[in-house]
Amino acid sequence: MALPNKPLGELKAVRDPEVEEREVDILIVGGGMAACGTAFEVKKWASDDTKILLCDKAAMERSGAVAQGLSAINTYVGDNSPEDYVRMVRNDLMGIVREDLIFDLGNHVDDSVHLFEEWGLPVWKKTDDGKNLDGKKGQKLGTLKDGAAPVRTGKWQIMINGESYKRIVAEAGKLALGDENIIERCFIVEILTDANNPNQIAGAVGFSVRENKVFIIKCKTMMVACGGAVNIYQPRSVGEGKGRAWYPVWNAGSTYTMALRAGAELSMMENRFTPARFKDGYGPVGAWFLLFKAKALNGLGENFAASDAAKAELEKYAPYGTAAITPTCLRNHLMLFELKEGRGPIMMDTVTALADLGKTMDKKELKHLESEAWEDFLDMTCGQANLWCAQDCEPEKKNSEVMPTEPYLLGSHSGCCGIWTSGPDFDWVPDSYKVKHNDKVYNRMTTIGGLFTAGDGVACSGHKFSSGSHAEGRITAKEMVKFIRDNADFTPTLKETKEELVDMVYKPVRTYLDNCEYTTADDINPEYIKPNGMMYRMMKATHEYGAGTSTFYQTSSKMLETVIDLLETMRADCEKLAAGDLHELMRAWEIYHRLYTVEAHLRHIQYRKETRYPGFYYQADHPGQDDANWFCFVNSTYDKAKNEWSLKKVDYHKIIPDA
Amino acid sequence: MPSFVISEKCDGCKGGDKTACMYICPNDLMVLEPNAMKAYNQEPDQCWECFSCVKICPTQAIEVRGYSDFVPLGSSIMPMMGTEDVMWTCKFRNGLIKRFKFPIRTTPEGTANAYADLKGKDLDSGLLSTEEADGHVLATPTTV
Repeated sequence: MALPNKPLGELKAVRDPEVEEREVDILIVGGGMAACGTAFEVKKWASDDTKILLCDKAAMERSGAVAQGLSAINTYVGDNSPEDYVRMVRNDLMGIVREDLIFDLGNHVDDSVHLFEEWGLPVWKKTDDGKNLDGKKGQKLGTLKDGAAPVRTGKWQIMINGESYKRIVAEAGKLALGDENIIERCFIVEILTDANNPNQIAGAVGFSVRENKVFIIKCKTMMVACGGAVNIYQPRSVGEGKGRAWYPVWNAGSTYTMALRAGAELSMMENRFTPARFKDGYGPVGAWFLLFKAKALNGLGENFAASDAAKAELEKYAPYGTAAITPTCLRNHLMLFELKEGRGPIMMDTVTALADLGKTMDKKELKHLESEAWEDFLDMTCGQANLWCAQDCEPEKKNSEVMPTEPYLLGSHSGCCGIWTSGPDFDWVPDSYKVKHNDKVYNRMTTIGGLFTAGDGVACSGHKFSSGSHAEGRITAKEMVKFIRDNADFTPTLKETKEELVDMVYKPVRTYLDNCEYTTADDINPEYIKPNGMMYRMMKATHEYGAGTSTFYQTSSKMLETVIDLLETMRADCEKLAAGDLHELMRAWEIYHRLYTVEAHLRHIQYRKETRYPGFYYQADHPGQDDANWFCFVNSTYDKAKNEWSLKKVDYHKIIPDA
Repeated sequence: MPSFVISEKCDGCKGGDKTACMYICPNDLMVLEPNAMKAYNQEPDQCWECFSCVKICPTQAIEVRGYSDFVPLGSSIMPMMGTEDVMWTCKFRNGLIKRFKFPIRTTPEGTANAYADLKGKDLDSGLLSTEEADGHVLATPTTV
């Protein structure tokens, strides 16, 4: 029996939702790797009577960037030093990073990886004679914690069988926190500051995407970690394929927007990531470059990255460009140069790589190698595996095209935009990196008292990935407990009335119900705009003017003025967003969050009068790097009462010497 | 590659305590049509092809077909979840079939050690709870 075509959503929204008011000590917003870290750690430090609540927009078992699984853990320090970790991140992100945060993370990340393995994550092991064992067979060699050797692809990455990575990590987090302290399918949309102190948080408001209910939650402290921002630019695939985003398509910039609207300072929002991935399927290339030693060839069959011209180009960006590992943005820069010169397409030479590896392998080992190549996709980007099947592509027989994607904003992968946070309270950390509340320093606290972040939320310290985000979430757990101990007499007070908050959250529903009967077609009505329409409007503007793929990631001062004007008008028009069901209400708030986040991104690009990350974006009026004037962070704040943005330079401190 | 629900196989999880695909979809795409008691993907162009719904469906009613804007027709990949492994069947457009089996976890589901009884001692140190229990010493950097 075929179903009839259905309108969107079965859960119709009503004008007056139920309201649930809660008061807790600690609120955790998000359910990904960082929030799972907080959930695991927080009760180890909190007293038994501490009230803790976690709200996840989805279901923790499969929420966040690791929902689908991963084939590697990209940050495991192991035998390396945290100092070397800082040097690697600093070089990849063109010099301007928070070395205190990165060093601190390097100190803790392995403890989380050891827990993952204990919980049941299969980790590949290296035998004494150099063979790779998968995570099941490798158990006989012991655990990483006991000193067993992982299979390294690069200096920092280790291979795992990570299909169930998130399920395992979420299981431990949920068991530690308790189901009764978790609300799933609760989308927190706005952070509320205290009525008596605008520089301190007092709570948050959100809604259920399963029933007509608004949550108003007062809290003394809060950790917000809702990932980065995806689909803020027109993606290369604009039909069904726009769901095949490289980063999780449900990351709506909520972390950045909620923080900036609360008054928190953002940092390095000009940074972005446009990863080069297998075309359309966006499957990972890391294992192909690092594990299988494949080369990328231009349309003429040349290994362009090894050419004299490429070396000369990289020398312009010394010392970063001339380092042993070329920064990610510069690798893109070289690829874009080939494409612009008409020497595309760029192909990953999988055929030669596998043939070379096969020379020293027997049949069984070759079969295992093939399986490893497919698992790399099946563990984390299933759709790429299907694309290869659909193209009749066996990598030992046919090469595959590589292409840089549309821009993404994030702070945990090879990017570093986010929220300015405090470093740890150690003597070696510069004072200007410490954020205080009532004269006390709290690690990873934002510039708003009591508001913490982790993972993609923390600015200026990329390359944390899944394991680092988990460890960082754990750090915030302990700091939040410290915060409530030190501020025991604080009683959060909301400025807004219950009615004002419900009206804000359910405004798109009320706009819809007030006007929907005026026209015969639900999506076309002069009194409102649906979130889907607003999404296309945003994507068109950023794509055309904001250094999207249409201009090979180039913008200019005039184009930035244009796109910022367009975005300001869009934000004003968000007053007329309309949602007829709960799913659409979620989409309405997501587009609202995306708009603020991408405007912050473009305002930062506008403020920084240089091109710090060639390959990620180009400011045509300010090409090249200008260390004399711009070797500093750019930070911004937003005043929501006045709708005003303020940007400033913040000093960078070099803490870790060059090797 | 949007997921789709095979009408004949979907029973709306009427015997379970929740509609599995609706419970798990990270992007809130799977919904239950309550009259027919069958689920469907309400927004295929927002599907990340993460296979969470495919893997959790108790009746194997959910599969995926490649995104219409770039995937040629005729292929499929299908996971079969076990407690310790996942078995993938990958069917090429030209009919070639490859099967792969990978471990997914080394402990029984539900037994992850949450360290429920562990209590941290020094709230003012920089150590996490399990680091403190292990006697971990925080490194201090050699600075410029």
